[in-house]
Amino acid sequence: MSVKKVNSEQPKNFEFNEKFKSIAEEILKKYPKKNKKSAVMPFLYLAQKQNNNWIPLAAIKYISKYLSMPYISVYEVATFYSMFNLSPVGKYFIQVCTTTPCLIRGADKIVKVCKKKISEKENQISKNGECSWTEVECLGACVNAPMMQINSDYYEDLDEKSTAKIIDSIFKDKILESGSYKGRKNTSPVDTKIINGSEHA
Amino acid sequence: MDQNMLKEENKIFKNLYNNHGWELDKAIKRDDWKNTKEIISKGKEWIINEIKTSELRGRGGAGFSTGMKWSFAPKKIGSRPHYLVINADESEPGTCKDRDILRFEPQKLIEGCLIAGFAVGAHVCYIYIRGEYSFEGQRLQEAINQAYKKNFLGKNACGSNWDFDIHIHYGAGAYICGEETALLESIEGNKGQPRLKPPFPALVGLYGCPTIVNNVETIAVVPTILRRGGKWFASLGRPKNTGTKIFCISGNVNSPCNVEEEMGIPLKDLINTYAGGVIGGWDNLQAVIPGGSSMPLLPKKTCETIKMDFDSLTENKSGLGTAGIVVINKDQDIVSCMARIARFYKHESCGQCTPCREGSGWMWRILNRATKGETTLSDIDLLEDVTKQIEGHTICAFGEGSAWPVQGLLRHFRKEIDKKCSNDPLIKKKKDVPYLIDQHLLEKKNA
Amino acid sequence: MPKININGKEIEFEPGMTILQACEIAGAEIPRFCYHERLSIAGNCRMCLVEMDKSRKPIASCAMPAAEGMNIKTNTEMVEKARKGVMEFLLANHPLDCPVCDQGGECDLQDQSLYYGVDKSRFSENKRFVSEKYMGPLIKTQMTRCIHCTRCVRFATEVAGVPEIGAIGRGENMEITTYLEKSMESELSGNVIDLCPVGALTSKPYAFSARPWELKKTESIDVLDAVGSNIRVDTYGWEVKRILPRLNEEINEEWISDKTRYSCDGLLKQRLDTPYIKKNNKLIKSSWDEALDVITKKLNETENSLIAGHIGDLVSLETTLAFKKFFELLGSKNLEFREKKFYINSEDKMNYLFNSSINGIEKSDLILLVGSNPRHEATILNARIRKAFRNNKTPIFSVGNPGDQTYEYKIIGDNTQTIKDIIEDKHEFNRIFNTAKKPLIIIGESALELNSGGFIFEELKNFLYQKKLISEKWNALNILIQNASTVGALDFKIQNKDKNNFEFFDNIKNNKFKLLYLLNSDNLKFEKNDEFIIYQGSHGDRGAEIADVVLPSAAYTEENGLYQNLEGRVQECRKASYPAGEALESWKVLNQLTNVYKNRNLFDSFNTLRNEALEKIVNFESLNKLPKFKEPSKKINNNFENENVNINPIDYYFSNSISRASKVMSECRDIKLKYQKSGTNN
Repeated sequence: MSVKKVNSEQPKNFEFNEKFKSIAEEILKKYPKKNKKSAVMPFLYLAQKQNNNWIPLAAIKYISKYLSMPYISVYEVATFYSMFNLSPVGKYFIQVCTTTPCLIRGADKIVKVCKKKISEKENQISKNGECSWTEVECLGACVNAPMMQINSDYYEDLDEKSTAKIIDSIFKDKILESGSYKGRKNTSPVDTKIINGSEHA
Repeated sequence: MDQNMLKEENKIFKNLYNNHGWELDKAIKRDDWKNTKEIISKGKEWIINEIKTSELRGRGGAGFSTGMKWSFAPKKIGSRPHYLVINADESEPGTCKDRDILRFEPQKLIEGCLIAGFAVGAHVCYIYIRGEYSFEGQRLQEAINQAYKKNFLGKNACGSNWDFDIHIHYGAGAYICGEETALLESIEGNKGQPRLKPPFPALVGLYGCPTIVNNVETIAVVPTILRRGGKWFASLGRPKNTGTKIFCISGNVNSPCNVEEEMGIPLKDLINTYAGGVIGGWDNLQAVIPGGSSMPLLPKKTCETIKMDFDSLTENKSGLGTAGIVVINKDQDIVSCMARIARFYKHESCGQCTPCREGSGWMWRILNRATKGETTLSDIDLLEDVTKQIEGHTICAFGEGSAWPVQGLLRHFRKEIDKKCSNDPLIKKKKDVPYLIDQHLLEKKNA
Repeated sequence: MPKININGKEIEFEPGMTILQACEIAGAEIPRFCYHERLSIAGNCRMCLVEMDKSRKPIASCAMPAAEGMNIKTNTEMVEKARKGVMEFLLANHPLDCPVCDQGGECDLQDQSLYYGVDKSRFSENKRFVSEKYMGPLIKTQMTRCIHCTRCVRFATEVAGVPEIGAIGRGENMEITTYLEKSMESELSGNVIDLCPVGALTSKPYAFSARPWELKKTESIDVLDAVGSNIRVDTYGWEVKRILPRLNEEINEEWISDKTRYSCDGLLKQRLDTPYIKKNNKLIKSSWDEALDVITKKLNETENSLIAGHIGDLVSLETTLAFKKFFELLGSKNLEFREKKFYINSEDKMNYLFNSSINGIEKSDLILLVGSNPRHEATILNARIRKAFRNNKTPIFSVGNPGDQTYEYKIIGDNTQTIKDIIEDKHEFNRIFNTAKKPLIIIGESALELNSGGFIFEELKNFLYQKKLISEKWNALNILIQNASTVGALDFKIQNKDKNNFEFFDNIKNNKFKLLYLLNSDNLKFEKNDEFIIYQGSHGDRGAEIADVVLPSAAYTEENGLYQNLEGRVQECRKASYPAGEALESWKVLNQLTNVYKNRNLFDSFNTLRNEALEKIVNFESLNKLPKFKEPSKKINNNFENENVNINPIDYYFSNSISRASKVMSECRDIKLKYQKSGTNN
């Protein structure tokens, strides 16, 4: 994983808003008092959520001070984990799984649709400024392959048509329901009778 | 074939597809939280012994005896508190079983946490969920809240006289955090880089305190085992490979699915009965990855007869791992499939120790060239050397995890790769020339 | 002691040792990159793999504790193969640019690839490139060469106590950097260069200036502060190319401060290479004869009691003694070595020493700083305090606020009343202090400068003595001296005790002296009136600027000399180079002057001077050893005044004439000032 690029334009200041401040205090209660460093990942998530899905450097400083950690430690954490964005992503951030189980079920076709509909390159924000996509490693929904994640929702059992439909609708700011697009229930076989017999079907 | 199937009554996860609702009241109808207080009142010893009797082995990939692991926790709680940590960082390609437990059977996990926590002397449990499973995390949090409301958790949890709290900690996209010590580092607020062992987490784990780390599925089956008896669990499967297991069947099958089955079920049955068979028919089968991407793949010949349990897969130079079965049919280029897995490992290596950091990228680059036909035969020998230089030389098991799939490919599909090697070797070996001379300079073309 | 079998040889080892350490005892050498005795164990390079019975995988010997009955093999095929494999991985993405790499000749990777490398690279992919990282004016980076051993990260976090270096990203793209490529803010940062096993971190000032095998290496000691760090001076002809630390477990372990290491370019700049005489308010080059004549004439003209001398911060024992003899010859008693008024009682030797010794810091179980900022006053000693804090969790307290010390401490008060309360056993702190078995009080020069300086020192000493904390076994009384020349000057009774302690300062302030001889002295602050000033020294610094006659002499790397460090340890500083131009060794200058002035020698030879100096050292045991203990004499009563304990800031990178001449030091200083101004400090 190449080192993340830090956005060149940075806000000067960052501070949790009132709501997040109280969430942050709640998070701190989960961990022993002398181990408040444990809250660094939840805090980075909070910062990312507050700042349009990316973490500015000011937030890294803010969190360092909040948790009495050296800047470099927070920065290390922010660059180590792939889910922390250090530069802006789309309001709708699409992550397409392309690891082998998805790949052999046609993840490359999903990528093609993204390229066509959103942007030619990964991590490039679409023309309307609302959407970006990226290839990611296994998202842990392999029996529903191929699949993609839009912000925090999983869209499963996709094909080109359903992917195009989902992307088209988010361009209209309409979020379609997540889950399987093959009309099955979760991870069950398509023919549920095979497994459940008759009594629970 | 239906008669070979696991009987409904022996199924542990009755709500795997959410046909019956995940909420606490519905879970109680499925016997969750039944007699929990009585079970705990029988004491630690009894619980651990019962788990030992059941011969339950960890469901996270390594297959270590759960009863044994619990018995490593110090018997008496000293000045340092004990911790229970649940590994829900399910990231192994081909695996998505814990996800279903988290979202549809959360009470089994929560009840298991309380019992396991009691057995190892932990008052606090952290459940480490991969960051991408944010929906599953929220669902689990709701389930935890419901359990707190019923006093199943918290002070004097479930009337057991044992105080017990569960906290969720999210990962943020790092496969390596599924390694137990990397997971602990991650909870502590560090980069997820595995620790050196010894010391083992059972003695020096989270915050330097004794810690037991278990997989979601392992813990979720515990309450049922204790309710029905270790012997019942041990009666399923065969010795040392007991009980039921959730298999995830993905890839080129007609109907990919998760299914709970008895340990030791033939692979062919699993694919044909539940997954609707291989796309293009059984004869179109090329290979199967039997236990998540880290396990060496099996050629079709082995797939005909192999039984899905720990020991029989080990005998066939593979492993049950997480039981994530990836079926690859003949429409796929096997080299590309494995090259993609190598890319996964390159992307997920934590970078701490040399062999994995440098080797995983090297393997991917060679395989990637191989898919394009840009390799020489000696490159493939080199590839094999590289896998051997990684294997066994790293801090954690990631080294094996990245080297084994490539070794499996070389073992069973060497011919396929060799066929792709269209590049002539740049340096042709001349046997009778002294070793120290740059051999390529002997060729006029290169001179 | 438990036993372990290594390569068929049974050896005993101390419990707690690692297999690697046990192997060293057994004489089986283990290659390593990430392991370092003084840093925590990382176990990440995997070079130290050995074979262990009952383990199918080779194990990392640096991380595995040795245990009774283990059977270790370090010379099997399995081990050889594993190490060769690791070496190939390390070299795969390494640029192999040894011909243009400054580490060449002293590179661990180069050395070990001789044994474990193969002659040809099998890595035919594109090599990784990593961009250079800015780490300040001292450290040059070439991160493509980095093998990710994380020694630098661990050093910064653990030893320096300034966690500024980290490894960002992950996997093969992991990169070592400071936060947003900020300059490293530690006075120990240069040590990461020595620690780096490859050429990723090299010395910026020394870049491309020499190869290690071309340099003459002289073992010496540092005199830029009073710690007496052991150093190696590497010279090429006249030029001092670099200064490196030399191992001394009792003083600097294997670290040196950045000032010690990087002031050496100051030895090449602003040098006085010929005598000067001031004519028409301008210093004009002259000859030795002319300069000495002018001085002799002036000495003869001036009344003895109006002649004064001041000894600077870098002067050796021999030169101090020669200067004293010279003033005896002149018949003047107006000698001083202090740069500021601070209380010192030279009656007992312990009154001006760091009596607990630097090693003693690690044994102590409580540390109290009184008006002292050890981070800037004695950087290496402060590293020991940090070590005690880190390893033993030694609690640290302070009277006065010394700022960031790289460890946690508690300020218990900021005025002298606090000290008085402690002395009278009335302070809250006394409860904690009384439970300590080996406490340690460090009194800084800032505290002695106070009006109550005498009270603080004498009463604290008495307080400790009453508590039986001043004895041969444990002496809790410590004075943190800042200059390398101070302890020697006190031993030689440069300070006139029968007079008011601060008479020299009063006279110089009131311009009572008519002739002032500054011996390498640049830090004395006064307004010049019509005094005739002789400056003898190596650099054209503050002293030379106000001088009427300048006599050029050698710097500390250019002459032999003994120095006493703040513990009272006598060590030898050795001649690594020769004085610039017409400059002479300091003691020679004084002999020459006497020759012209009195037509005879001040002393016969350097050896007689040295022997006399050694005889005059108080409580001298032997070279490099701590002085003998003697029971203290009676306390002297002093007045108390309630005042704030302010710790005088030190211009760390500019504290002496050599550092002030150094371009590197001034860059460091600029960065620090800029950093303070921008207020990004947390």
